[in-house]
Amino acid sequence: MMKSVVHYVRSLFMLELWKGLSVTGRYLFRKKFTLNYPEQKAPVSPRFRGLHAQRRYPNGEERCIACKLCEAVCPANAITIEAEPREDGSRRTTRYDIDLFKCIFCGFCEESCPVDAIVETRVYEYHFEDTDKAAGAHIMTKEKLLAMGDKYEAQIAADRAAQAKYR
Amino acid sequence: MAEQTITIEVDGKKLEARPGQMLIEVTDAAGISIPRFCYHKKLSIAANCRMCLVEVENAPKPLPACATPVNDGMKVWTCSPLAREAQKGTMEFLLINHPLDCPICDQGGECELQDLSMGYGKGVSRFVEGKRVVADKDIGPLVATEMTRCIHCTRCVRFGEEIAGLRELGAVGRGEHTEIGTYVEKSMASELSGNVIDLCPVGALTSKPFRFRARAWEMNQHDGVAWHDGVGSNIHLHTRRGQLLRVVPRENEAVNETWISDRDRFSYQGLYSDDRLSKPMMRVNGELCEVEWQQALIEAAKVLKDTSAEKLGALVSPSATLEEMHLARRLVNGLGSTSIDHRLRLGDFRARLEKPWLGLKFAELEQVDAALLVGSWLRKEQPLLNHRLRKAALAGAAVMTLNPVDFLFNFDLAERLVCAPSRMVAELAGVAAALRVDTAGVQAEAGGGHQAVAERLKAAHKPLVLLGNLAWMHPDFSLLLQLAHNIAGATGGCLALTGEGANSTGAALAGLLPGEGGRDFGRMREEGMETLLLFNVEPEFDTADPAATAALLEGAKVIALATHRSPWLEAHADFLFPVAAAPETSGTFVNLQGDVQSFRGVVPPAGEARPGWKVLRVLGNLVDLEGFDYESSEEVRHELLKAVGEPVFDNGAFSLAGGGPRLSSATLERIGGVPIHNLDATVRRSTALQQTTDGWCSAFLLHPDTAAALGLGEGDSAVLRQGEGSLTLPVELDAQVAPGCVWLPTGVPGSELLGEGFGAVSLEKA
Repeated sequence: MMKSVVHYVRSLFMLELWKGLSVTGRYLFRKKFTLNYPEQKAPVSPRFRGLHAQRRYPNGEERCIACKLCEAVCPANAITIEAEPREDGSRRTTRYDIDLFKCIFCGFCEESCPVDAIVETRVYEYHFEDTDKAAGAHIMTKEKLLAMGDKYEAQIAADRAAQAKYR
Repeated sequence: MAEQTITIEVDGKKLEARPGQMLIEVTDAAGISIPRFCYHKKLSIAANCRMCLVEVENAPKPLPACATPVNDGMKVWTCSPLAREAQKGTMEFLLINHPLDCPICDQGGECELQDLSMGYGKGVSRFVEGKRVVADKDIGPLVATEMTRCIHCTRCVRFGEEIAGLRELGAVGRGEHTEIGTYVEKSMASELSGNVIDLCPVGALTSKPFRFRARAWEMNQHDGVAWHDGVGSNIHLHTRRGQLLRVVPRENEAVNETWISDRDRFSYQGLYSDDRLSKPMMRVNGELCEVEWQQALIEAAKVLKDTSAEKLGALVSPSATLEEMHLARRLVNGLGSTSIDHRLRLGDFRARLEKPWLGLKFAELEQVDAALLVGSWLRKEQPLLNHRLRKAALAGAAVMTLNPVDFLFNFDLAERLVCAPSRMVAELAGVAAALRVDTAGVQAEAGGGHQAVAERLKAAHKPLVLLGNLAWMHPDFSLLLQLAHNIAGATGGCLALTGEGANSTGAALAGLLPGEGGRDFGRMREEGMETLLLFNVEPEFDTADPAATAALLEGAKVIALATHRSPWLEAHADFLFPVAAAPETSGTFVNLQGDVQSFRGVVPPAGEARPGWKVLRVLGNLVDLEGFDYESSEEVRHELLKAVGEPVFDNGAFSLAGGGPRLSSATLERIGGVPIHNLDATVRRSTALQQTTDGWCSAFLLHPDTAAALGLGEGDSAVLRQGEGSLTLPVELDAQVAPGCVWLPTGVPGSELLGEGFGAVSLEKA
């Protein structure tokens, strides 16, 4: 009996609505934190999972050994690998494609990699000039991945070092 | 007598066992898993990996299950704390020296050590010292080695000794310094060597052609039947994204046990050669051009219809599927012709076998106690039949040979008659004379060797006379057949034939022999044809007499259905239709013991190729034949098998045209035959197989005495002349070749320039 009376009074004076509006009102007069992207940029975590890259060892040798664990673990089947022995007999990929239309940026590939070859960088500003699927702009090929790695190696290495104790 | 059984108790479960069985056999049969590395059911027991330790009541220490015979009332615990501790301890020892870099190992994902270490290994190694490193060995183009990974289970060593019959791999050194390898660096020469890849529980021995190509988990496994020899080995085909990546054996105790030959294992490479035929081609104004299927089929049908039935012939590969054979026969018969043949390599058409087969079941080969192999290098012709016969030989059977080359077998031969091809008939007649049976009109005297062979055959309970491929290709096959039949009859034995392709037994079922008034392949060559339908025939290499075949093709309009392009097809064919190879089409093979084995296509055909039965079906429709509306290959098979009824095979059902020996002796005779890896279009294009020691060496093989008489030495370049053809190759000396002969098979590069595989030739320094 008592409960329904309280409920009636609360809904009559729209108490919940005023509560919500008070939050809006408070933020209306606070200092604004909207960023003027792209002039201003938000801070990015070292764990950020952006565009992929393939790393090299300091001597220039590519890290990837074609073990195919990333291909196996990928929940979206975005990775396609073909491999064969390189001239020196080592196990290397001849094709390493990541389909960015399929990729869900879960980071499993990075976690499964035994040699830290495939990584996800902080880079999130990318687009495809050509949306035509046949053109293959959405495919990160081995060349593109290695180029990414070469370009951002300093940042990638610093991020891995910062996170090393948590892994 | 009922077999005696005893009862043992494993993990509290009562199990029946035969006395003398090893514990692991009983638990395996009951589905209780015990970890193991060195034990393999087809190999002897070594008990050196110690992984299968189990606790046995009243035994002071854990015992290896693979080497502990069962006792009545025995109590065993396979996963008691004691057993588990022993197994885990063994695993820790194994992992001391085993590298832990599974990601770069080709066995990763299908490795017995990797699997078991998940259950029995520790998460962290307590071993901080450096690991052992062993140099890799180069043991040939088929098997890749990473000997650091070896755990010394010695399965490969035992396989070599017990199955392959060649002691190729062995253990050198002791303790931590043990290494598996060939004593002297060389490649493995066994035709079964690929099986060590499956036997190796770790990544020490892996497949070289397949190396690093794919992981076990990304491939799909399909059942299949091997398409090169009459054994019809059961295989698993592993495919990924529409490509056949490797072939491994599928267990079938009645056919191939657990093994397959290297030819069946690595021939898949040939499917992906550069000269795969991928588009239909048609000759327009003398030029072979790529055209659309529709156009080519309609034009080809016109040619077929315009040909007089009398002058239409068909040659079908003995390795075509039953369905393809049936449709080819129906098509040709429907057009009124009965000139159809599959015996492309037969040397003597005076003989006609109606229902040839091996003559006995494969397993029965193991019970044979005397065998005479006539014109057969069984070891390289039918590796798995040779394996069966080897088991018999090891059990005491006397295996004897009559060959123009003293072929190397992987067991001891009781008697060997080595003679020039022209003498083979007389020698076999000598054996017949020693047995006092009809010598088929051949003058023969029984010498000492013949007497010895005859006596061994006579003394045997289950003798066997086998005619191999060399006999099949011999110009006097009819006489050899009759003599072998007489000898087998006189000794109460079995006459065996090994056939020339994967489906030669099926070809007889499908009626792929010239009918009433039809021409056989021999007569087609003599009399010429107006139109010739070729099904999967590479004429320069697949026929017994390339020179005569060239003349036949020259004078005929050729409609060829083929898997691969070849120079002769491109030169002579008016129509070239790309057809699917065996793993790309559904079909059926009948193996030498009469098993009808069907399989499905597992990968899409190359390019625009279509399954052969579909092409023949459409051709049937286009020439307006009734009843060519099959919708599946099963329909074709059912129709054929229904018409055939219960298949009956009989090597005694043959007819002979008579006549004396055609092959006369000469100062220098050619020895033909087909090498193991030159058998058909796919095998010839498998690069790995061609690089093995069984790949043809491209040389004239001569007995040293013969070479000396001709003034030739090892490595000299020489010209061989046969009829109008000539060929220049280096000379190699080989004391196994009969004196007065030069061994140059057909089916090898260069052989297309010459004629028949036998007959008089001349050889001189180039």
